[in-house]
Amino acid sequence: MTQLATETVNQISSTDSAPLLEIKNLEVGFRTQRGVVPAVRGVSLTLFPGQTLAIVGESGSGKTTTAQAIIKLLAGTGQVTGGQILFEGRDLTTLNAAEMQAVRGRQIGYVPQDPMSNLNPVWNIGFQVSEAIKANSGLRGKPLKARTIEVLQEAGLADAADRLKQYPHQFSGGMRQRVLIGIGLSARPKLLIADEPTSALDVTVQRQILDHLATLTRDYGTSVLFITHDLGLAAERAEQLVVMYKGKVVESGPSQEILANPQHPYTQRLVAAAPSLASRRIQAKKNQDAPTSEIFSAGGTDTALIARATERELAATGKDLISVEGITKMYRIRKSGLKYDELLAVNDVSFGVKKGTTTAIVGESGSGKSTVAKLILQLEGLTSGRIEFEGRDVAGLKGRQLLNFRRRVQPVFQDPYGSLDPQYNVGNTIAEPLLAHKVGTKKERQKRVLELLDQVSLPASTQFRYPSELSGGQRQRIAIARALALKPDVLVLDEAVSALDVLVQGQILNLLTELQTELGLTYLFITHDLAVVRLVADNVCVMQKGRIVEAASTDDVFDSPRELYTQELLAAIPGGDFEFGR
Amino acid sequence: MLWYTGKRLLQMIPVFFGATFLIYFMVFSLPGDPIAALYGERPPSPAVIAQIRSEYNLDKPFIMQYLLYIGNFFQGDLGTTYSGRSVSDVMASAFPITARLAMLALAFEALFGILVGLVAGLRKGKLFDASALVVSLLLISVPTFVIGFVLQFVFGVQLGWARTTVSGAAPLDELILPALVLASVSFAYIVRLTRASVSDNLNADFVRTATAKGLSRPRVVTVHVLRNSLVPVVTFLGVDIGSLMVGAIVTEGIFNINGVGGTVFKAIRLGEGPTVVSFIAVMVVIFVLANLLVDLLYAALDPRIRYAK
Repeated sequence: MTQLATETVNQISSTDSAPLLEIKNLEVGFRTQRGVVPAVRGVSLTLFPGQTLAIVGESGSGKTTTAQAIIKLLAGTGQVTGGQILFEGRDLTTLNAAEMQAVRGRQIGYVPQDPMSNLNPVWNIGFQVSEAIKANSGLRGKPLKARTIEVLQEAGLADAADRLKQYPHQFSGGMRQRVLIGIGLSARPKLLIADEPTSALDVTVQRQILDHLATLTRDYGTSVLFITHDLGLAAERAEQLVVMYKGKVVESGPSQEILANPQHPYTQRLVAAAPSLASRRIQAKKNQDAPTSEIFSAGGTDTALIARATERELAATGKDLISVEGITKMYRIRKSGLKYDELLAVNDVSFGVKKGTTTAIVGESGSGKSTVAKLILQLEGLTSGRIEFEGRDVAGLKGRQLLNFRRRVQPVFQDPYGSLDPQYNVGNTIAEPLLAHKVGTKKERQKRVLELLDQVSLPASTQFRYPSELSGGQRQRIAIARALALKPDVLVLDEAVSALDVLVQGQILNLLTELQTELGLTYLFITHDLAVVRLVADNVCVMQKGRIVEAASTDDVFDSPRELYTQELLAAIPGGDFEFGR
Repeated sequence: MLWYTGKRLLQMIPVFFGATFLIYFMVFSLPGDPIAALYGERPPSPAVIAQIRSEYNLDKPFIMQYLLYIGNFFQGDLGTTYSGRSVSDVMASAFPITARLAMLALAFEALFGILVGLVAGLRKGKLFDASALVVSLLLISVPTFVIGFVLQFVFGVQLGWARTTVSGAAPLDELILPALVLASVSFAYIVRLTRASVSDNLNADFVRTATAKGLSRPRVVTVHVLRNSLVPVVTFLGVDIGSLMVGAIVTEGIFNINGVGGTVFKAIRLGEGPTVVSFIAVMVVIFVLANLLVDLLYAALDPRIRYAK
């Protein structure tokens, strides 16, 4: 162990040693009916032992495809069409299946993106970890079990010994991600590929996990290849940065340098659009009493967007469109036999939303914010309390009235993978609400679909494609288009932009704001991302453990958070204390 | 788990009474007089008819008939057929034969269906997959009796590998050919079900992660793809146990097997209430038990179901 540590130090200090991973002019294409579509076009990058390198780019930029090409796990019809991937001088693209199997896990670990779908639901955690250890070390029996527990403990699951027999669905997202990190590092690989390892997690959990990952990889001298769309995260965690755009590397070098002084126009846009940083800037400038207009343009956000928000804030007097009074939701959780546990998911929550404004509900997972959304959407019944829409109680709406309510209050859900039917093409998905509510003729619906696709900046040809062929960001845009199809009054956006990369996120937020002014839409914004809240919300409710701990206007919450919990949330935003060049 | 099983077994009680009552009522309402049907052209004297009627409780109102029948049923007396044999005797000879036939068919369809479906799913779009789809489509669209007669002709008559008809005791080896015929349609469904399920699961994120762990391809397929794919197949198999037991009439007819299907068919034609109802009652119990077994297997295959409400 000591020897390993000394080696590590040596490796880190001598960056002029041979590179661990060297990708030269990598080209990857996906075969389709109309020929090969290139996804990665001549990517080159170099990673030295002990270093951390981040590939940053928006969805569809080819960053994940590059990572998957390294371990030969390209999705579907993808194949390497050119270039070399040299790992310790050996070209991985030329290896056969058996040779590749020996590299995977043992030499190169992989931590996937979505902790929810990357553990097999039918096997217990212990089994899934131990099979990885068994495959790479040949351990059996008791030593194998001991090692399994050790791996999980190292990954941050202190009570691993008691939890080996539990199944993935009994673990929270953060815990599952720890399991996946444990699996990825179990064989002490030389290289760890971490593909958006925390994008599905809350900021505070994300921080813990990334800190932990950093400690582990430093201790073992593991090189890390980070794939992320979060610039703040890249700035904080990686020494080297590679910015990808449309399958090409547009800029690479030391991350601090790039982010402080971006050269390529795309990187400049990326840096400018990063919302977490923008909010930081606004705060910083405000302290210096700078004129408001300058702050906003300096922050790189849509000036008009914020000006409009201010306008709305002033104009929004009068009655609440949605008014929530003391709602409570209790879930009964079956334990064994006749025993139940009661879980208070939402506890005496009250707030009001004025027409044409945006109210954000912020909190970590498990805080009850999504349950509030479901209650308002009438997808779950209330335990007690009252929800009014235009002054009328919506609880117990039935039949036609409920249908009308649904038409006016539309949801956009959290998971862009789960909320679209994989068997439906995009056009049908968007037209479905129109069909369900019997709006227009076939031709009119077709026209509306194209109009909506245009609004969410997707090409018209997208209508014939299927969700599995699209990136997460594209899918979420389709979900938004579907929600807009019926021209509703209220959109309930449940983590709607959390999965999108900064530029698309910026576009969608702008789009949402434009639509808000045009159509007088009211938004209920459920999110864990405070940075986004800063950009779009007029009012914020901070939730913790089913209760609203702080509710105020956005400026108040950000400039002078009263509650300790809110302060913690603000502090956990990655890259928050990093100075970005603009 | 125990609690769940107990609850499901308790649910059998209303199902049992409901089913027997309905069937009894339907047989009772069948047109025609069973006694007249029994004696055909030469009806016996009115006195004999009255005696037979009272012997079989046919002179009492419907509800009394049913209650008397149920009362006897729980004392182990399932009544007698109109030809004088006790119903339990008839059952004892018919059920084992059908059960053997059904189990053999179930084994065939599960084994070959899952195997062919798995390979087809793994090689989606290749020759094997295409042929499996064509064959399964053929088996689904061609009626069972056609498949039965063709196999009987080819293997029984032309090649002489199997007997064309099954002897009275119906030993296992003679039942192989009928079981293949009986299994054919379900086999085709299982192939399609497994294939679809496997090709879905192959694209699952956790399968990619399993490969990234450094597992071998055979291990990934058996451990991470197959088990997940079996859940829908098991559901189908469970429902199929019931239909194989009951729906063997055609196959039993072709191969002259004295099983449940033929016996019930004969009894219905004769209007033999007790025989029909007793057989159906046993079938209902088999159906319910098979479904319970499926649900338990389900939970064994998918732990998420174990802890659900």
